[in-house]
Amino acid sequence: MYGNKVKLRFFFIFLVFLILSLTAFLILKSLEENVVYFQSPTDVKSLAEIEKNKIRIGGMVKNNSIFIEEKELKFIVTDFENEINVIYTGVIPNLFSEGKGVVAEGFLKDRSLFLATKILAKHDENYMPPEVKAALKEK
Amino acid sequence: MFKYFEPNKIFAVTSKAPKYVLFLFIVILSIGLAEALILSPEDYKQSHSVRIMYVHVPAAWICLGIFSSITFLSVVGYIFKIRNFFLISKSLAPSGFVFNIIAIVTGSIWGKPTWGTWWAWDARITSMLIMALFYLLYLISWRIYENNDKVFKVTSIITILGIINVPIVKYSVDWWNTLHQPASVNILSQSSIHISMLYPLLIMTAAFALFSLLIFLMKYNTELIKIKNKGLDRL
Repeated sequence: MYGNKVKLRFFFIFLVFLILSLTAFLILKSLEENVVYFQSPTDVKSLAEIEKNKIRIGGMVKNNSIFIEEKELKFIVTDFENEINVIYTGVIPNLFSEGKGVVAEGFLKDRSLFLATKILAKHDENYMPPEVKAALKEK
Repeated sequence: MFKYFEPNKIFAVTSKAPKYVLFLFIVILSIGLAEALILSPEDYKQSHSVRIMYVHVPAAWICLGIFSSITFLSVVGYIFKIRNFFLISKSLAPSGFVFNIIAIVTGSIWGKPTWGTWWAWDARITSMLIMALFYLLYLISWRIYENNDKVFKVTSIITILGIINVPIVKYSVDWWNTLHQPASVNILSQSSIHISMLYPLLIMTAAFALFSLLIFLMKYNTELIKIKNKGLDRL
């Protein structure tokens, strides 16, 4: 139906696409540790040794875990399997609250204590008006 | 070598279309903006900054859609040697690039009050930046290789390189831990955005799509006029 040239060009494009996809896949796979923006408490627990460099951890702020003592903010980050205590001094983002996502940047003291130098509030994918939220809560 | 097409016939339609598209765009945009900025409710968590989403998300969608279209047209155009497809791709690219920049900038403006930072090197944001660079590469290569058959090969290769990035943009939030939240609007599964916020979002998407169409028609007409000026009635 089509000429040989057309078939050859099709095959050429197909091969280029295949090779590039595989290359991209391999690169991303090997760089996975760097591609992830933060590690979960479970990832931290399974670390072979405690990371000395600055890292980011993330998860949910555990309910009723926020304590403010003088200038220090203490809270617990959980992924519902493991938990890490976080101590932080500095500016708190507006949307930081209990039961919501958080990403903390800083240093691991040990497997269950993290000294944060910066915290970011992570927003989830739920969008709704306040009335709907209130109605959901009542349920 | 390339299939012939008759620019005159196409031009007869595309030269008249912009004014209707412009009218429709203004109407849809007015409705969309009224819905997005005034009538839609504020979010329970982010309050009014949710309104940035009505520009951010449609811009990102259109940007991804245009890049996919450009790739499809370039690849088919390259395989079957259809010059017209390349002109369509060339005319589509600028609005895709503009929406890419808009998505990044509005995301940054939203990120500051929500996350507490303007910029984060997370997978979604970085892959969007890479996408902008691919658009730039594509646009520059048209400038460099203008009036040269090489441009068809070069731009095809650039689009194939860039299309690898498109699924990475889309699924980055599912594959890796990112600061950016996962998709709220899903076709196959339940959307996690309330219906009162989904409507303005879809209207704004339609408005942006019309804007892209408008810019495309203007660019495409310029290309057709260029061909006419060369004294060729067939390309």
